[in-house]
Amino acid sequence: MSGPSVGTMVKVWVALMGLLLATFGLAHLNLGPFNTACALAIAVAKAALVMVFFMHLKFRPQLSSMFSVVGFIWLALMIVGTLMDVSTRWPSPFWNG
Amino acid sequence: MDAVFEQFEEPAQQSHAYELGLWVFLISEVMMFGGMFTAYCEYRHVYYEAFRVGSQHMILWAGTVNTAVLLTSSLTMALAVHQKAERPARWLWPTLLMGLVFIGIKAYEYYSHYIDHLFPGATFHLAGAPTGTEIFFLLYFLMTGLHAFHLTVGCGVVTWMAVSARRPLDTLGRTRVEMLGLYWHFIDIVWIFLYPLLYLVGGGL
Repeated sequence: MSGPSVGTMVKVWVALMGLLLATFGLAHLNLGPFNTACALAIAVAKAALVMVFFMHLKFRPQLSSMFSVVGFIWLALMIVGTLMDVSTRWPSPFWNG
Repeated sequence: MDAVFEQFEEPAQQSHAYELGLWVFLISEVMMFGGMFTAYCEYRHVYYEAFRVGSQHMILWAGTVNTAVLLTSSLTMALAVHQKAERPARWLWPTLLMGLVFIGIKAYEYYSHYIDHLFPGATFHLAGAPTGTEIFFLLYFLMTGLHAFHLTVGCGVVTWMAVSARRPLDTLGRTRVEMLGLYWHFIDIVWIFLYPLLYLVGGGL
């Protein structure tokens, strides 16, 4: 079973460190709601790098990639469904007046 | 044990079956952590300001250093998997060291929060904190605690693999190194999401 070369792995690590610096720097700017959006976009990019190269998804049958994303899809459905509830229910059970 | 188990045609098929089985395990892990991430989303939506205040009380340098440590440990784990046929232990020991450094820094953080009365419960006290700040800290301790538990288990297995890899590994042993790698990278991915959601939502810090 082949994987990425050592050079590729080091490049991925450099990219991960760069993204960490980017997310750390962006957190010091006040962008309002875009702070979280940018931070999550960077987190997804980091996770994708780890999965594609370190977890060998690029070098494995496509079935492995399918297995790797289904958990996140169900999780996204659960989070979106829950937020649909709490953001549209009124009066909110959490606020008193 | 260098052979292929009887239900498999060839080593590649056996290796792929192991891999898919481990991904199924990781999917169940995504759902377990996912319950907490869902709770985080809901309570952050409700207590937005409290989460901002809570996040400002995180020890930013510790979380950032720990992220770098864990990302680097993923590199050394990937190198161990790359060298599984030769000397994986050479890269497993550094991976273990970084896992332990992470847990050590995490313990320092927990201790600091504890003496600052930020542990949820009867002793929780944060002057002027809005309602919901304690929920932020509850989620912080739950999520990072479950993550640290996974990392502790990972460190144990890394130790076992590094010791058993003193002798050249057979087919099954190499597959074990690969599976351990997938688990380790998954722990890394959980932290990749915990870091911005807990440490970086202070709003311009």
